[in-house]
Amino acid sequence: MKITLKVWRQKNKQDAGHFETYQLDNVSPDMSFLEMFDVLNEKLISEGKEPVAFDHDCREGICGMCSMYINGRPHGPLRGVTTCQLHMRSFKDGDTIVVEPWRSTAFPVIKDLTVDRSAFDRIIQAGGYISVNTGSARDANNILVPKENADKAFLAAACIGCGACVAACKNASAMLFVAAKVSQFALLPQGQIERKQRVLNMVKKMDEEGFGNCTNTGACEAECPKGISLENIARMNREYICAALTSEK
Amino acid sequence: MAKGMFSYSIGKKLIMGLTGMFLILFLIVHCGINSLIFLNDGGETFNRAAEFMSHNWLMRTLEVGLFLGFILHIIQSLILTLENKKARKIGYAVSNANANSKWYSRSMGLLGTLILIFLILHLRHFWVVSRFTDHISSGEETLYDEMKEVFANPIVVIIYVLAQISLAYHLMHGFQSAFQTLGLNHKKYTPIIKKIGTIYAIIIPLLFALMPIVMYLGIVK
Amino acid sequence: MATSPKLDAKIPEGPLQEKWTRYRSTVPLVNPANKRNLEIIVVGTGLAGASAAASLAELGYKVKAFCFQDSARRAHSIAAQGGINAAKNYQNDGDSVYRLFYDTIKGGDYRAREANVYRLAEVSANIIDQCVAQGVPFAREYGGYLSNRSFGGTQVQRTFYAAGQTGQQLLLGAYSALMRQVALGQVQMFARHEMLNIVLIDGKARGIIARNLITGELERHFGHAVILASGGYGNVFYLSTNAMGSNATAIWKAHKKGAFFGNPCFTQIHPTCIPVSGDHQSKLTLMSESLRNDGRIWVPKKLEDAKAIREGRLNPNDIKEEDRDYYLERRYPAFGNLVPRDVASRAAKERCDAGYGVNATGEAVFLDFAYNLKYKYGMMEANRLGIKNPTEQQLKELGRPIVEEKYGNLFDMYKQITGVDPYENPMMIYPAVHYTMGGLWVDYNLMTTVPGLYALGEANFSDHGANRLGASALMQGLADGYFIIPYTIGAYLSNEIRTKPISTNHEAFVQAENEVKDQINRLMSIKGKHTVDHFHKRLGKIMWNKCGMSRNAKGLQEAIQEIRSLREEFWKDVKVPGTDKEFNPELEKAGRVADFLELAELMCIDALHRNESCGGHFREEYQTEDGEALRDDANFSYVAAWEFKELGNWELHKEELKFENIKVAQRSYK
Repeated sequence: MKITLKVWRQKNKQDAGHFETYQLDNVSPDMSFLEMFDVLNEKLISEGKEPVAFDHDCREGICGMCSMYINGRPHGPLRGVTTCQLHMRSFKDGDTIVVEPWRSTAFPVIKDLTVDRSAFDRIIQAGGYISVNTGSARDANNILVPKENADKAFLAAACIGCGACVAACKNASAMLFVAAKVSQFALLPQGQIERKQRVLNMVKKMDEEGFGNCTNTGACEAECPKGISLENIARMNREYICAALTSEK
Repeated sequence: MAKGMFSYSIGKKLIMGLTGMFLILFLIVHCGINSLIFLNDGGETFNRAAEFMSHNWLMRTLEVGLFLGFILHIIQSLILTLENKKARKIGYAVSNANANSKWYSRSMGLLGTLILIFLILHLRHFWVVSRFTDHISSGEETLYDEMKEVFANPIVVIIYVLAQISLAYHLMHGFQSAFQTLGLNHKKYTPIIKKIGTIYAIIIPLLFALMPIVMYLGIVK
Repeated sequence: MATSPKLDAKIPEGPLQEKWTRYRSTVPLVNPANKRNLEIIVVGTGLAGASAAASLAELGYKVKAFCFQDSARRAHSIAAQGGINAAKNYQNDGDSVYRLFYDTIKGGDYRAREANVYRLAEVSANIIDQCVAQGVPFAREYGGYLSNRSFGGTQVQRTFYAAGQTGQQLLLGAYSALMRQVALGQVQMFARHEMLNIVLIDGKARGIIARNLITGELERHFGHAVILASGGYGNVFYLSTNAMGSNATAIWKAHKKGAFFGNPCFTQIHPTCIPVSGDHQSKLTLMSESLRNDGRIWVPKKLEDAKAIREGRLNPNDIKEEDRDYYLERRYPAFGNLVPRDVASRAAKERCDAGYGVNATGEAVFLDFAYNLKYKYGMMEANRLGIKNPTEQQLKELGRPIVEEKYGNLFDMYKQITGVDPYENPMMIYPAVHYTMGGLWVDYNLMTTVPGLYALGEANFSDHGANRLGASALMQGLADGYFIIPYTIGAYLSNEIRTKPISTNHEAFVQAENEVKDQINRLMSIKGKHTVDHFHKRLGKIMWNKCGMSRNAKGLQEAIQEIRSLREEFWKDVKVPGTDKEFNPELEKAGRVADFLELAELMCIDALHRNESCGGHFREEYQTEDGEALRDDANFSYVAAWEFKELGNWELHKEELKFENIKVAQRSYK
């Protein structure tokens, strides 16, 4: 396959950045999208040029590190797939592919296609946990969880924190990410004790980090590689309303 | 209640949702009363209803609430839009948003602005006349007469119809969005809410749009 | 054989069952006020690192945690699919601490230390309690109780799981505990930082040199103790199921500063991975071992059928039942498709070498769900619904939803990568490098031979012997981090309460930093012709062919020479673009590959010296008549701990393995 790539190049945070166009002539349909970038980088290095910096690690769709905005969509044209699991057979010979970094004020570009997503860590620090010290847990089967709730909590917890929801949202909102964590704990008996404070703190932090507001377009759900449901955002809204109305602070 | 409940993103959205729902209810009343013109009785029933509405103290109080609702809805949306713009200062060169969301769900601001422009015109046409002039209170003419007068102008009719299209799309997203924002999401009920929302978003604007058309064409006399 | 005087495993006295309990009751403690003044560095934030950092911070120590990824949550533990073992006996099927201990020692082919493994089995149950309390959404039964499944090498159901994403859920649990401590100010988190050297003062580990991967600046960090939880070194093979960034640099730098390396040649080749598709391949993807619960592994009985399949002339679904060779069920009737990983991998290689491979490269076997989909699950549903004499098509339709629920995400992943639908066609699989049992040698306290330097999780050699059982890596990582290091580190730190924080201007810090600078400058200044990946791929080929699933003396000797000359070539001809004072992923890779090029040699030396076959280490010269691994307990029942002298020169120290609570036997799964 022959592929034309238009890739965002930006030396560092301060640089204004621009697009560069590259030609690749020997792309195999069995390659993953990132393997194609490996080939591009090999080529650039051998030509004495700077390779494209991009985040990636596990390359099996679970670590959440890869983050490319491909032809106007996070993680490219397929649903339920991360960039690393996208294969070139999803493109046609002769295609031009435009690749950009996630765009969000809360995710500043570090270099080329690499962005800083530490805002997500800080949101989790604000309350995305259950306060249990090691050693204080009782026997696991003392906590019973209805299967239906356990399954729902799992589906919410399947979030890989890649940030595609933010990238896809026209408002760069992080509601789906935050809602997934809030939901997971709201659905489990273990999460009840800190339930109210958790949602209030996490939402507050989310706002402080500069993410936009949710306008329920559903783009996040559609682009989430793990199919995290909008239902979680509704649940978080519910959690927030209840917590805020009954809070004594 | 938590301090600053409405100053955080979900709180702000809540105001949008609550005022939106209030406006949705208002539209039902408004549309219901106006639809009385389709009785084609020379506006008799319609005028009586209008008379009742304008002299009922409860309705007058609600009217204040209605204005407040509109204003809150508009101001809050402006704040949210500004914040959302700030959340992505550098946009994408290529965007294929149609692959993940409906265009009208992403264009609520634009649709809302069109509706606002229409609203100003609409208030000027009817509310200002009935409230601040003595045309109607003096019995010189009825609200129904006023309608016929306004809708004699084809340009006004076209503007009204276009505005109703905007309203339809605004509601198409807004109706179900309000439920989502209030956290009312349920495996069984949400699909029903969405269906009702779609039906509502078609019926109400359609009825509204028909009013100037039938009057202009003289179907309703 | 006597244990080398340099290796004191510090195993507590007393009967096996009481060692850990006694140890915990007698180990010196550090009082809370003193804990606040003690600083601990943790490198790596996978299951072992994150759980250790969080637990130590909860105790009151001041912790600094480092990871090279952009967030602690991305460590490669996240990719573990199948599950985590624990001796809970919730299934009432005869499980016990002893049985988990026994299975692990036997599974490891009697090359692990009894005391460590028994302790692992003892704390396994606490791990599940801890994780559930954290909100890890394990799979449950309708009654709300936890669900279990079985894994290779065991005959009980003791594996807890969260669909095919158990590692992810456990890691997110540990990560959230870690983030909680970050929020409380007990842990300082350094993401996008890579440890590039260890600092020793008076022979004790006192800090690290880390590179800020965004700015390229080198940073000096002091700690009263240093914990390495940086994972395994499977990427020495270039193609493995490890993440692209997984590397040996932290443990290798520690090794070069005096930490002995234990059993470096013990690598695990996982039997069920998606086969290689071409030269562009950058990594291999695992298909969880849990698939072997319901998938049957086979190749055609007839060579001509295998050839026809390879050439695309024959559809595997058209091969008649009697013409299929379910070789695992044939060779190992007792365990069938659930034999341990090393056994399953070698059996696949044996069939493919004999010409029965089923993909274009001839290196693949089938993993087929059709039988269980139809006759196990389909029939179950048919019985439940009262359908009499269901047709084949009906059975298929009835069974599919159940298979979907169990393995849906794995099936989707397979289809995504290969373009083939595993509900309709059998999967093709082939073994791939997955895990390294070897690692830094540690004593019972998990301390390396460098005082104050600890190694946890896959980074140490300790619990899995020559072969790890499925769902035991997660167990070990979390056991080390949550329940072992919080106790054992006290034994060392209780003597350090008078040690004031040492200034990072100390000459040892300066010197360690200069070593790092020198290496970086060297790499940047070569400006050769070939990229880092070029060398890495070549190293991988050497290792896979000569130090992979099966090894022989001649091949290993050749490999050592080839690695040495490749290393020389690397240092003359590698090309690293950009500068060192910026975000430069190529420079990161270059440093890691430079270390792999040294470690690879040691792996071959270790494999060459171990004149026996055991677990994942299969020497062709040492096998039984029917091709099983032939151990030599008389001469090799020891841990090989290698001391670094200089490049190309290591000294072997032996730690004798004594089995007092288990009868050593020929491992049999027949």
